[in-house]
Amino acid sequence: MARVEVPLLRVEQLQTHFLTQAGVARAVDGVTFEVAPGEVLGLVGESGSGKSVTGFSILGLVDEPGRIVGGRVLFEGENLVAAGEARLRQLRGNRIAMIFQDPMMTLNPVLRIDTQMIEAVRAHRRVDRAEARRRARDALGRVGIPAPEERLSAYPHQFSGGMRQRVAIAIALLNEPRVIIADEPTTALDVTIQAQILYEMQKLCGETGTALIWITHDLAVVSGLADRVCVMYAGRIVESGPVDAVLDRPLHPYTAGLIGSVPSRNRRGARLAQIPGMTPSLFALPSGCAFRARCPNAGEDCAREAPPESVPEVGRTLRCYHPWQAERAS
Amino acid sequence: MSAREAAAAGETGPLLRLEGICKRFVKRLDLAERLAARLGADVKEEVVHAVEDVDLAIEPGEVVGLVGESGCGKSTLGRVVAGIHAASAGRMTYRGKDITDAAGAEAKKSALKIQMIFQDPFASLNPRLKVAEIVGEAPLVHGIVPRAQLAGYVDEVLESVGLDPAYRRRYPHQFSGGQRQRIGIARALAVRPDFLVCDESVAALDVSIQAQVLNLFMDLRERLDLTYLFISHDLGVVEHLSDRVAIMYLGRLVEVAPTAALFAEGANHPYAQALLAEVPRIDSRRRVFKPVEGEIPSPLDPPPGCAFHPRCPHAFARCRAERPLLREVAPGRWSACHLNDQA
Repeated sequence: MARVEVPLLRVEQLQTHFLTQAGVARAVDGVTFEVAPGEVLGLVGESGSGKSVTGFSILGLVDEPGRIVGGRVLFEGENLVAAGEARLRQLRGNRIAMIFQDPMMTLNPVLRIDTQMIEAVRAHRRVDRAEARRRARDALGRVGIPAPEERLSAYPHQFSGGMRQRVAIAIALLNEPRVIIADEPTTALDVTIQAQILYEMQKLCGETGTALIWITHDLAVVSGLADRVCVMYAGRIVESGPVDAVLDRPLHPYTAGLIGSVPSRNRRGARLAQIPGMTPSLFALPSGCAFRARCPNAGEDCAREAPPESVPEVGRTLRCYHPWQAERAS
Repeated sequence: MSAREAAAAGETGPLLRLEGICKRFVKRLDLAERLAARLGADVKEEVVHAVEDVDLAIEPGEVVGLVGESGCGKSTLGRVVAGIHAASAGRMTYRGKDITDAAGAEAKKSALKIQMIFQDPFASLNPRLKVAEIVGEAPLVHGIVPRAQLAGYVDEVLESVGLDPAYRRRYPHQFSGGQRQRIGIARALAVRPDFLVCDESVAALDVSIQAQVLNLFMDLRERLDLTYLFISHDLGVVEHLSDRVAIMYLGRLVEVAPTAALFAEGANHPYAQALLAEVPRIDSRRRVFKPVEGEIPSPLDPPPGCAFHPRCPHAFARCRAERPLLREVAPGRWSACHLNDQA
């Protein structure tokens, strides 16, 4: 695994709040993590945990009434939260690219693929159209689209869902970004197509040293793809660390509950270890630890103050007063 | 009559049997196209072969998982079983009675015994009805419960799926996704079915909520002696819940096997093998994804011979010409692949 002293991207105490009439929703509330070149970071959480808003915040893509109210996003040392719109436009799709869950968010349905891809290249590079087209064709070839030359002149609706997502990934790759933020890009796809795309992403990150932030609710995908994982709950990273450590020896009761909820081998027909209750509304978070109402380990101290981030082992972080200590039955 | 009572009463044989079930959707030509066709233009009726020649028998109390990728016809098959679509061809028997073309009271009776639970808990509930109306409407209409006892009955059903009866006056939008799915389950259970068709019923839910609903399905099976056809693209869920797994590709069953044997010994059909290999699993780390090439062909124009042959690494001449039939390759295990003939 690539590990260097200066992280490529570092998010520090990021806070993105949505100021609505119903109150302030703290969608992201003090999130800190970093990624190194060539590293795959899995950002895991359920709906409403703030994982997607974290991704959008990095690129300054949070719409009103959402606002980044605190923290820093350091990309190669530069603070993107303080950067202006012009600077962000230079970086988006160029040094930092994003892949969305729905490829139609990336693609314009009334323009041919080549028009869109050439535009994306020429927005950031001083090259002529022929050169831009050549780059577009190479990118399509790299994500495994057969006959890229002919497919360039097709419209998005002429592609299947899996192919469309490949085109979206090809567009993200066009300018050889240093970081790719992928927001549930395979959730809507079938298993065999998902495997094809995971395969391409894995290969590309290995070859080019691009860092990948993979946002998902699917622990199984993260376990197959990522080097490190951050688990989010109600706007905070409750646990982070290397994939093996976190998934084999979870410390936060929420992580342990999530892992127990996944149907897996050797437990066929047994009751799944469910987490009681449901994710709390961001408008009415309980005092102290947001998970305490669903937590089997919660004590009185959990209600007083949200647990601070601790470092239980080298390379791991945790926000919990009463860590999980179940011995994993082997 | 419950499954166990039926077995005790000496009624044997499967609860539900499908024989040669087909479902085709035809796009008829409009007037202009018919004229053009008569003048020699190359326009034809488009026929989608959504389900082709499916044989499947489901025993009382059994959970059969139906797996496949989008467009393989698994939801259509589920809808045929639940009586939402009429089969284009084939025979369907329920407790030994032919219900394919049943009409009147007979059809109503079997239709009530087979209920469906849908994927999207947001789209499958009427937003203008209160929970008590959603759950209570069908048992009242079908005379299962007299009006005087309806309120108590609805409370009972709501409790059985883990919902607080105090919520009976609320509307669907006041519930979370997991609770809505419970309302959908309560609605299905309210007419006292024996057989539930669950079409991707946990796919739209978060992992922790999904676990709650899966546990509920298992509890209900124990308590009410239910039989399930559990349709899902998620092999992990199917493995967890099912006794047998049926794998579908482009409208046809390619493999049917007991769950334990399938996952312990591996699949027989190359498509099933690929599907099993590609399921992301929490216990496989930084694995190398090695996908099958290509995509599912269009059901408008399925390839000749074995539908999987354009993507199959083992395809040979016979696969391109002759369609393999579903045959028993080991006790209880069925597969449709020519490779099994090659010793």
